[in-house]
Amino acid sequence: MTLSRRVFLSAAALPAGLAAPNLARAQAGAGRVVIIGGGFGGASAARFARDNFPALNITLIERSRSFTTCPYGNLVLAGRRDINFITFGYEKLAARGVRVVHQSVVAVDAAAKQVRLADGAQVPYDRLIMSPGIDLRWGSIEGYDEAASERMPHGWVPSLQPISLLRRQLEAMPDGGRFVMVIPDNPFRCPPGPYERISMVADYLKRAKPRSKLIALDAKNGFSKQPLFQDAWAELYPGIIEWRGASNDGRVTRVNGAAMEVETEFGEKLKGDVVNVIPPQMAAKIARDAGLANQSGWCPIKPATLESAQVEGIHVLGDATIAAPMPKSGYVASSHAKHAVACIAASLAGRAPPSATFFNTCYSHVGADYGISIVGVFRPGPNGFAEVEGSGGISPRNAALTAERRKEHRQLEALYADGWYDSITDEMFG
Amino acid sequence: MKLKFALCLLLLSGGPVFAQATDTPLLIGGCQGCHGASGQGGHGIPSIKANHSRDEFIALMRAFSANERPATVMGRISRGYTPEQIALLAAHYARPQ
Ligand SMILES: Cc1cc2nc3c(=O)[nH]c(=O)nc-3n(C[C@H](O)[C@H](O)[C@H](O)COP(=O)(O)OP(=O)(O)OC[C@H]3O[C@@H](n4cnc5c(N)ncnc54)[C@H](O)[C@@H]3O)c2cc1C
Repeated sequence: MTLSRRVFLSAAALPAGLAAPNLARAQAGAGRVVIIGGGFGGASAARFARDNFPALNITLIERSRSFTTCPYGNLVLAGRRDINFITFGYEKLAARGVRVVHQSVVAVDAAAKQVRLADGAQVPYDRLIMSPGIDLRWGSIEGYDEAASERMPHGWVPSLQPISLLRRQLEAMPDGGRFVMVIPDNPFRCPPGPYERISMVADYLKRAKPRSKLIALDAKNGFSKQPLFQDAWAELYPGIIEWRGASNDGRVTRVNGAAMEVETEFGEKLKGDVVNVIPPQMAAKIARDAGLANQSGWCPIKPATLESAQVEGIHVLGDATIAAPMPKSGYVASSHAKHAVACIAASLAGRAPPSATFFNTCYSHVGADYGISIVGVFRPGPNGFAEVEGSGGISPRNAALTAERRKEHRQLEALYADGWYDSITDEMFG
Repeated sequence: MKLKFALCLLLLSGGPVFAQATDTPLLIGGCQGCHGASGQGGHGIPSIKANHSRDEFIALMRAFSANERPATVMGRISRGYTPEQIALLAAHYARPQ
């Protein structure tokens, strides 16, 4: 599937149904849209464009041949789902008329409006969408580099490291062992993700290794859906989980992979039989190389259109962006994607962008038949984005519900999580 | 299909209604994430496809946002949308009148 220059220049080489660029441009609102990254943002953008804007010519560039989702990775870790369940191919997107190119983008030339692939091919665009996700900040925790991550897996970027590595280590852990988790400060991918992981590891330990303990060392003092998680941990996993925040010496500054040991800010050393380090993060390399990121390592964007605030003609989506109070979630990336595509279609047709409403629901599995959620509806605000007042928020706490209603609520949200996963992955890859 | 066709026409005819036409496919993104691409539901999530008249749909969303109807997520969600947006959603999901 290597793409040569010729493919882009010769109309004859284009698959049937895709107009050649020059012809396409003759149609109102037509244009070549190139999308970098075939994850939650990129795949959703490609599908939404094909379904709603047939005049757009869509090329999706993704370095991997398959995509393993982060969502439901924690259930794979717990042995409640199989890795194949969370792994998808791009065939159906291609069958829908998206030109899928499995290559790494190595450079973006915004002035010439083209991107360069690892094989040397140049891909020209009228509009560029970038949803390349995150990179890990190797070395920001002393001693945590790629080699150390083989012994102390992160399990946070499936394209770099399959969750199955952490799963194997968890399975090999002795009963009575200790699972240590290292959690970063904000901002990072999936704010409730580490706490869903704590829950799912505890779920496994309770079933398979009940004498074991989990110690979570956190670089911050509070976290997403905290009261709900902590209520549930006390209820479902008494005595298994210890969570320590920053003011309780939870910040890990150094790790020693060979010794399977982590060291906190105030010098306490802790050994683990399994050590899961989720390090600090930043926008993926291609976004930083393209000049989209500021000194924070993340990409500022214009709230109304999600265009880069730094480089013209590039829309940036998903985890790579600075979009607080929107979380770095898959659902937000997909919400970004649809809006960016609609803005591009409008701009190619010479019209004003549509008004923006962004949406997020993140479910977390806390135990079998026990789900909780956070909802958010967002609009562009005076400074960046703002949550619509009075909307959103987390599931009610235990104390606010009768015992009967509580059980039903948690069961329903676990079920709805499955529904969400099916819907969103079907939208991307179905 | 109908929607797609309408959008194509709008794209080609290029009237000032364009922004409104793109609003619906954007707005329903908030519903589709759980209720599925066409609102069909699944995994215990109710179908919202042609289940209600427009008025019923709007009344239901009002009841959710006023906490007058028990819900898991719908109260928190419905309060995020304007009456105009709810009306667009109703027009999209309600039974043809
Ligand atoms: C444990 C865990 C659980 C989670 N659970 C949920 C959940 O329940 N719900 C939810 O909404 N979100 C969840 N998330 C968050 C979600 O995974 C991310 O927010 C989402 O993946 C972000 O989408 P994205 O498009 O920004 O990046 P990604 O989905 O990571 O996609 C980026 C893609 O770009 C590709 N790429 C990068 N650079 C290049 C290049 N130079 N050339 C070609 N391709 C490139 C990558 O290979 C990758 O496929 C979870 C995350 C984790 C870690």
